Amino acid sequence: MSEHILIIGGGQAGMQIAVTLREEGFDGSVTIVGEEHHGPYQRPPLSKAYLAGEADAETLELRNPQFYVDNNIVVIPSEKVVSLAWGEKHGVATTETGRELPFDKLALATGSDPKRLTCEGADLDGVLYMRGLDDANELKARWEKIHNIVVIGGGFIGLEVAAVARKYNKHVTVVHSRDRLMSRAVGPVVSEFFLEAHIKRGAEVLLDSKVTKLHGESGTVSGVELADGTVIPADAVMVGIGVSPRGELATQLGLEVSDNGAIVVDSHARTSDPRVVACGDVALLPHPLTGEGMVMLESVQNAVDQAKLAAKSLLGGSEEYHAVPWFWSDQAELKLQMAGLSQGFDQQVVRGNPDEDKFSVLYYKNGRIIAVDAVNDVLDYMAVRRALTAGQNIPADLAADSSVALKTLVTD
Amino acid sequence: MPSVTYISPDGTETTLEARVGDSVMDTAVKNGVKGIVAECGGACACATCHVYVDEAFLAEAGEAGPLEDDMLDGAASERTNCSRLSCQIKMSDALDGLKVTIAPEQV
Repeated sequence: MSEHILIIGGGQAGMQIAVTLREEGFDGSVTIVGEEHHGPYQRPPLSKAYLAGEADAETLELRNPQFYVDNNIVVIPSEKVVSLAWGEKHGVATTETGRELPFDKLALATGSDPKRLTCEGADLDGVLYMRGLDDANELKARWEKIHNIVVIGGGFIGLEVAAVARKYNKHVTVVHSRDRLMSRAVGPVVSEFFLEAHIKRGAEVLLDSKVTKLHGESGTVSGVELADGTVIPADAVMVGIGVSPRGELATQLGLEVSDNGAIVVDSHARTSDPRVVACGDVALLPHPLTGEGMVMLESVQNAVDQAKLAAKSLLGGSEEYHAVPWFWSDQAELKLQMAGLSQGFDQQVVRGNPDEDKFSVLYYKNGRIIAVDAVNDVLDYMAVRRALTAGQNIPADLAADSSVALKTLVTD
Repeated sequence: MPSVTYISPDGTETTLEARVGDSVMDTAVKNGVKGIVAECGGACACATCHVYVDEAFLAEAGEAGPLEDDMLDGAASERTNCSRLSCQIKMSDALDGLKVTIAPEQV
């Protein structure tokens, strides 16, 4: 009898597992079950081109409906899996509507949920999040009527929405709880640059500021109160304060799940049960470059690359995950591209000129390059990404001369 | 709907009907054309959708913008005067019959 592989989660990672299973010649049944009403689509443009009206929902589809038919991939949208159990012969996933989906092997690509505000007023109308197409549509539906938008959280999502809102001349205030923007993703030089960039484009940015309460009028948000008592007028609030991995289903199978709800996987994307893989935003994985420590990588790159590996592992492969992490963010006309993970760097080299909106920061540890943050500097970004992929170095003393192309400096 | 033909590095041709407004990359990826990797999904952030545009369509396809221009310099395959990132070419009726050759190396 042919084997059933069930993929829970219809996002980028879920779709990629299905595609790779077929590319690798798997001829059993492949089913993707997802909660959203839409088939797999791209999330990154939601807070960028889609919000700005430069892309529509159909453009965001990852594959045509016909592609799934041609590849014998069953996509079940609008169904939430609520329970998982192994029987004697196979496992069964049961959805909220009572539908039972059997499986011999399972892939969990359940993604993450935006962290919710918990302060008073958090449930007022007009308090918005940005995760799915429905969230983006809700913001778009209100867009015309929004004059004052308060963005809570100075990470990628918040700053991307802030940049689009400024483009439409809305009054924008970004409230960030930490002392620098995007602090988890980029180094201090880049945080400082983006702080000035957003201020220069007319946004107000408040660092080290904590939201204590949301004010409302007739059930709709009207203001954001900070710890110092300031109240910022708001007719919409966009909350981008991070995500919580959705590993709750994994606990039902007794799989190892971290304290914050992430599914713990090894370098093959396998969970603590070899019949089950997990990948994408929901996975807590060994650092792909150093193998030291565990990391969460919430990005398209990881969703795609880890999914490819997870699919191969399900089919018995033993490849290890060593993909170089990379990310990007579009804020106004600034394209921020990052490769590698800069945490723990002990030296940095700034190339180019931040005042000209084009520069890069190279990060080193023990004399080896570990990461780059590049702003409108594609060549430096690509040179570092290539070097990291090949396990090569770009000596810091030579890289300090911005007039020399980085790709000419690569050494072993 | 305008049509677009993809010529893979091994010479295989695939002709697809494109939706006006979708990019040449979108059209390929959504239909499972191999060789166009498009890691970033069309944000001009990865240079993995490099194609060579048939000379007859070069003018209509337009020139690469500054960012794309730099990306092409860093692309994995050789850059020629026909090189474009296919995510940056939006399909229109004027591009009906477009032919592109997929660059052999993308990553």
